[in-house]
Amino acid sequence: MHSTTSFPLAGRIVSFYLDGFRSMQLGRTLWKIILIKLFILFAVLKLFFFPDFLESNFASDTERAAHVLENLTLPAK
Amino acid sequence: MLENLDLSMVNWARAQFALTAMYHWLFVPLTLGLSFLLAFFETLYVKTGNEEWKKITKFWMKLFAINFAIGVATGIILEFEFGTNWSNYSWMVGDIFGAPLAIEGIFAFFIEATFFAVMFFGWDRVSKGHHLFATWMVAVGANLSALWILVANGWMQFPVGMAFNPDKARFEMQNFWEVLFSPVAISKFTHATSSGFVLASLFVVGISSWFLLKGRHAEMARKSIVVASVFGLLSSLYLGFTGDEAAYSNAQRQPMKLAAFEGLYDGATNAGLVTAGIVNPAKQLGDDREPFLFEIKIPGLLSLLANRSFGSFVPGINDLLYGNRSHGIMGIDEKMEKGQAAVALLASYKEARKAGNEVLAAAALDNFRNHQEYLGFGYLKSPEEAVPPVALNFYSFHIMVVLGTLFPILFLLFLFFTGKGTIAQQKWLLGFGVFSIFLGHVAGQAGWIVAEVGRQPWAIQNMLPVSVARTNLTAATVQTTFFLFLLLFTILLVAEISIMLKQIKIGPAE
Repeated sequence: MHSTTSFPLAGRIVSFYLDGFRSMQLGRTLWKIILIKLFILFAVLKLFFFPDFLESNFASDTERAAHVLENLTLPAK
Repeated sequence: MLENLDLSMVNWARAQFALTAMYHWLFVPLTLGLSFLLAFFETLYVKTGNEEWKKITKFWMKLFAINFAIGVATGIILEFEFGTNWSNYSWMVGDIFGAPLAIEGIFAFFIEATFFAVMFFGWDRVSKGHHLFATWMVAVGANLSALWILVANGWMQFPVGMAFNPDKARFEMQNFWEVLFSPVAISKFTHATSSGFVLASLFVVGISSWFLLKGRHAEMARKSIVVASVFGLLSSLYLGFTGDEAAYSNAQRQPMKLAAFEGLYDGATNAGLVTAGIVNPAKQLGDDREPFLFEIKIPGLLSLLANRSFGSFVPGINDLLYGNRSHGIMGIDEKMEKGQAAVALLASYKEARKAGNEVLAAAALDNFRNHQEYLGFGYLKSPEEAVPPVALNFYSFHIMVVLGTLFPILFLLFLFFTGKGTIAQQKWLLGFGVFSIFLGHVAGQAGWIVAEVGRQPWAIQNMLPVSVARTNLTAATVQTTFFLFLLLFTILLVAEISIMLKQIKIGPAE
């Protein structure tokens, strides 16, 4: 392993992470699971099944507040 | 809830949140507790210089990594659900939850990304002291991450430090420190994290027991058992202490929850604590049937636990539901009237502002403020809606307490036989040690059932019932994602168990 002590700090930190990732064994499997999971969560579930209802249906905070206030005062009608 | 399960959107949304939260809680407590055990093991390595402790640390660190990798981001889904299924709630609490959840994210990213990397990659790259510091920081960071989520949950159970803004239809934080140091938030944090410490101790003891049963890695198993049993025993005592605090908090701030998990229908002075019992399944609210088919009760103990005063009055479900003037308890129907007035005044305020009538609006707002503490009751359709499911709460609470009482005895037995040098011969105890990993999970899940089912019907205690917190979606939408999550999380759980079993079979590096 080449010495990195002469590199600047940022370079040593990057080298630390790169060497660490390269030497992983079990970690590679775990990272694959993490990345697949994050993809499913954000690129599939969030995108297609979990839109933020208020963000998607109303253009401003004023409209969102009005919608929620309407729901809160519905029983009074 | 289970006995009334129907196809309405609210119940599917509740079921989905419960499913995802329960899966999340399979992974999180192990992270919280095992991170500290790693720190203890590595501290022993650094202090003694004995390479056996390094081997032990690295083995448990592998299992920690597996659990962490599978569990990471399972909590994000809960935030997705806020925005989709619970949009009214999400909007109303946004200002309160924003700061804690943002801080939690910062903690998670900076502390875990930095110190995790040193912990996993740095064995041969940094000094022993630096590496040990990183391991301790992972433990501290992980537990501090949990603090912020539990502060948010604590606020739901006991909303403080805020004011309701009727123009923005949301609660606005007035005092961050009041939210952070809410007695309910502190109680939740200490109790939930200590339950993680106990679970992790059971995990280490259980797997070590398996090694001893197989006649493998005996020295590593015995050393692990000693450290985990000491940690587990101390954590169990702390868990009992914090559990007492949680019950006292429930009695003061969520008395209906306490009455439900005790199966207490009629309040009493010098109220007895039911330590075990079978709830009468035929019992209905308002009838005169006995609440229990069978019960074992310790006289006077519930009064002591609930109010820290022998002989004090503990209200039952009937007192809280129908009122009890002699003890200054307002009935739910009276609260509903005040709540309906609050809702009507809020509507008047809204209309007056729309019409530009600021005088009328100011009067309506002023009057609303006098009634707003009962706002949530204005949405209930009947007083009985204010009572959470009794049987589910009762059994969950008692399962949790029985197991919580069993675990310190288990740790003591492990310490005793390990000290005597005969632990490997105690096959019965070792077998039970393996099984206790499952029991630890059962206890943790039961506790969360009490916390969250016990607060029903409230999304925000007394301020917002679950039925109003939701988004106007169809049940079909929520059903689809419910089954998607069931599939996804089951796959993740199977993956975790199979990867972990493989690493356990491989064992520590020789």
